[in-house]
Amino acid sequence: MSPSYDELIRSDRVHGSLYTSPEIFADELARIWYSSWVYVGHVSEIANPGDYVRKNIGPQDVIMSRSADGEVHLLLNRCAHRGNLVCEADAGNSSSFRCPYHGWTYRNSGELLGYPFPEGYGGRGKLDLGLGRVPRMAVHQGFVFGSFAPDGISLAEHLGDAAGEIDRLVHLSPEGEIEISAGWLKHRARANWKLLAENETDGYHPQFVHASIFSVAESGIGALYSEKSEAVTRAFGHGHSENDLRPEFRRLGTPLGWFGTTEERMPDYVAAMRGAYGEAAQEILVEGAPHVMIFPNLFIAEIQMFTIQPLAHDLTVQHVTAVQLKGAPEMNRRMLQQCVGSVGPAGLLLADDTEMYERNQVGVAELRPEWLDVRRGAHREYVDERGLTVGGATDETAMRGFWSHYRDVMA
Amino acid sequence: MTALELDIRQIEQFLYREARLADEHRYDDWEALWTDDALYWVPAGSDDADPMTRMSVVHDNRNRIATRVKQFNTGRRHSQTPTSRLRRVVSNVEIIDDAGDDLTVEANFVLVESRERGKEIWAGRYTYRLRMVDGDLKMSYKKVALVDNARVLPTMSFLI
Repeated sequence: MSPSYDELIRSDRVHGSLYTSPEIFADELARIWYSSWVYVGHVSEIANPGDYVRKNIGPQDVIMSRSADGEVHLLLNRCAHRGNLVCEADAGNSSSFRCPYHGWTYRNSGELLGYPFPEGYGGRGKLDLGLGRVPRMAVHQGFVFGSFAPDGISLAEHLGDAAGEIDRLVHLSPEGEIEISAGWLKHRARANWKLLAENETDGYHPQFVHASIFSVAESGIGALYSEKSEAVTRAFGHGHSENDLRPEFRRLGTPLGWFGTTEERMPDYVAAMRGAYGEAAQEILVEGAPHVMIFPNLFIAEIQMFTIQPLAHDLTVQHVTAVQLKGAPEMNRRMLQQCVGSVGPAGLLLADDTEMYERNQVGVAELRPEWLDVRRGAHREYVDERGLTVGGATDETAMRGFWSHYRDVMA
Repeated sequence: MTALELDIRQIEQFLYREARLADEHRYDDWEALWTDDALYWVPAGSDDADPMTRMSVVHDNRNRIATRVKQFNTGRRHSQTPTSRLRRVVSNVEIIDDAGDDLTVEANFVLVESRERGKEIWAGRYTYRLRMVDGDLKMSYKKVALVDNARVLPTMSFLI
């Protein structure tokens, strides 16, 4: 029997069992991961007909493929005969998938093409079977989302105002598109997935967890997350949130200041942006990239994209890659090298975040006190002109937004 | 004397020393083994993924090696505070190519890491490029091809 989520999630605190209970994790799979919209992949990962790439929705092994007619499909990696995996490679190009066990073959759009020794089934074309399919799929700016719920709110309703942050990211490309082409690091955290999701837009931790790198790299990032910062934390509803750093970047007022570089160092890129967007380019170049967590699993941290894959109540994989901007090779080289330095198992930033997740998982299993406190900044929150709740740069507004939505979908 | 004239035993002694300094977190001594044009590379996805267009676990030029070491030396690099207990075995040392200015050497390694989180076994193949600089043997390149570089990896923020 499920616990009472209204009891476990209060406005100013959440219960430790939410991170440690296998039963709650099973509830989450059913009510979040296999019900709500989940980010799966980007269309640029399967640019050509026949391209496929193995993705996931939580523990589910999902093949994202592009068929000959150009359509994108989200198929489950499971033969309709005896349930074997039909796709072993991480990525490739093929018009069909052939199960190695008994040779059943499927079109890359999921239909069963054939099976060996058809007389055993009364002849060819006698079976009404195919690969399983994620029932709903929708795409925003090339970002492919899937939902195991056959019915429910649209992706546009799910994303709400957070969609605008994806739009801001793609507008950093002079062609208005990002590309996911750099491959992925897969970083294990022996921790509950929510510790990661909450941390992504927690503006309170950087000065402490990342003090070591901020001090030696003479980074300005730490100052963005301080009591003096004019940056804000915003809850978008549906569990999405952001650290909106634009007030600080506007104050700086220089194109590419957000990226720690200057117009002069990226002349081709800036020229391409001004050519593409005219006067609007100035604002795009000053305001920079978003820092947004899309519930439950997509985190865009300026120049890098993370997806969160929960495997058990205490086991999560972070997949991370560098965002690449179509038509911006100059930027892409620098974005990739900066991303590689920051993220993954040896990253100058993410290794320490992950250390915190893992220690947090151990700590939260201690019996007393039972609760985690999420009240920071509640007294100074306000509602902005879009009707969204906003807190200070270091406030826990994003976490409260996360938990409010979580309670709605779990209760 | 150039690196090309060194005896295999002298080369091995250098590799063992480099391994011991990394195992014992002697960061400054380890950093001093590098030439000015250093590259420290741990590929991801495959052993030869192009590091200019693909993600790597580590892709440090000389400047970033220095940053990495400075970060350790703050004492606040949480993923290495406390440090992992490390011991590695370097073996199967082969001189691969002695045609260039630098001597290319490869070796296999197995490394056991112990932390509070648990024990990890790391393994793979090292490729080094070695050069004599003012009478000292130095390293201009170290590539670490992990056997599991296409799989999910735990945190690995020590010097591999």
